[in-house]
Amino acid sequence: MLPRSFQYYAPATIGEATRLLREHEGDVKILAGGMSLIPLMKLRLASPGHVVDINRLQGLDYIKESEDGRALLIGALARHHTLESSPLARKRVPLLSEAAGSIGDPQVRNLGTIGGALAHSDPSGDWGAAILALRGELTVLGPSGERRISIDDFLVDTFTSALEESELITRVSVPMPPERGGGGAYLKLERKAGDFATVAVAAQLSLEESADGYRCTYAGIGLTALGSKNLRASKAEGCLMGRRLTTESIAEAASAAEMECAPTDDPLRGSAKYKREMARVFTRRALELAAARARGRRGGPAG
Amino acid sequence: MTTVKVRVNGKGETKDVEPRLLLVDFLREELGLTGTHVGCDTTNCGACTILLDGRSVKSCTMFAVQADGREITTIEGMQDASGELHPIQRAFWENHGLQCGYCTPGMVMQAAWLLRENPDPTEQEIRLGISGNLCRCTGYQNIVKSVKEAAKAMRSDGKGRR
Repeated sequence: MLPRSFQYYAPATIGEATRLLREHEGDVKILAGGMSLIPLMKLRLASPGHVVDINRLQGLDYIKESEDGRALLIGALARHHTLESSPLARKRVPLLSEAAGSIGDPQVRNLGTIGGALAHSDPSGDWGAAILALRGELTVLGPSGERRISIDDFLVDTFTSALEESELITRVSVPMPPERGGGGAYLKLERKAGDFATVAVAAQLSLEESADGYRCTYAGIGLTALGSKNLRASKAEGCLMGRRLTTESIAEAASAAEMECAPTDDPLRGSAKYKREMARVFTRRALELAAARARGRRGGPAG
Repeated sequence: MTTVKVRVNGKGETKDVEPRLLLVDFLREELGLTGTHVGCDTTNCGACTILLDGRSVKSCTMFAVQADGREITTIEGMQDASGELHPIQRAFWENHGLQCGYCTPGMVMQAAWLLRENPDPTEQEIRLGISGNLCRCTGYQNIVKSVKEAAKAMRSDGKGRR
């Protein structure tokens, strides 16, 4: 399959990249990992006249702790595999490594980038849910300078983000979960290895030990393939925040997620009814796993 | 047209290509390296897997121009200068790791990447490692066995690199 012809640019600097984006606004796409764009171009669902390949930009593939230690900073060109195998991410924010490892297949993860995946804003994509659960934010750069956008504001609708056409994502940053009492999990239901999620749930919890058990001081829940975009299960979060964490409160949160998600019938991956039910089951399981890790049985990302 | 300069299996190549030319077609049509197969052409099957700067990628989902200045290894580059098969190729041969052979170049290249990342994988890790490669003869049992045996051979003769 051959895409339509296009002009190709491989700028060496971000400035040059944003200039090219501005110059060809309306008929330009950014090529990062290419794992969504190239298939779309081959199928001629996308036929941009100009393609700006940002893989030559230096210094955009880092994963590091912020200077004050309060955030994990991820360069937009960090590959899924880099996040999956990063010792820093695995140790401090295992939810990220677990989400990364669940994407596509190994070859796809060797090329695909976190920035590209978020910009694509596929409701079945995994990163949106993970970054929602962590309450992360994106740094984007355009002709008029840099701005920061919370993940909630960034994700607008199916394949639609708050990114302007002449802007590119430079960084994803997530608040660092506490070393003690923090735990997260990304759980995905898929028909077969490497498929898009039927449903998936990202859960991040902070727990404080108290006289009568554990109190939940942070709850973040993001949903994949359960609506027109990655959704925050805010009612489910509300069932947990500031309350004692119990089997009942987790079940309540899972039921809330089932009610507030908005799946549609998918001829390949199940009816809306089925997905709703799976939203409840996977929210419960993800919360149980996140809670176990927060209580100290941290371990690395599962399977 | 855009000029692409790459090293393929250790040999420098320079060609003028259309930006829309896919890397797999560049290898097969421009360089005559037909060992890299086109299977599904949709990023699913992994038959077109090659190593780009040591990382396994699906060459049907990359433009040739993106490979400019980079190093590529294809199945043709796996045997050594004397023509002796790479331990992974030998293991596939000895363990009946192929039936029709269509998926084999991709399987071998993916195994090469997998074994460099993880020289002693468990069976589960091998299965996850080749989850982006489809075999329609359903010969996975022997493919997994081949990778396992290759890992063993490479650990004992120190050929874990490449």
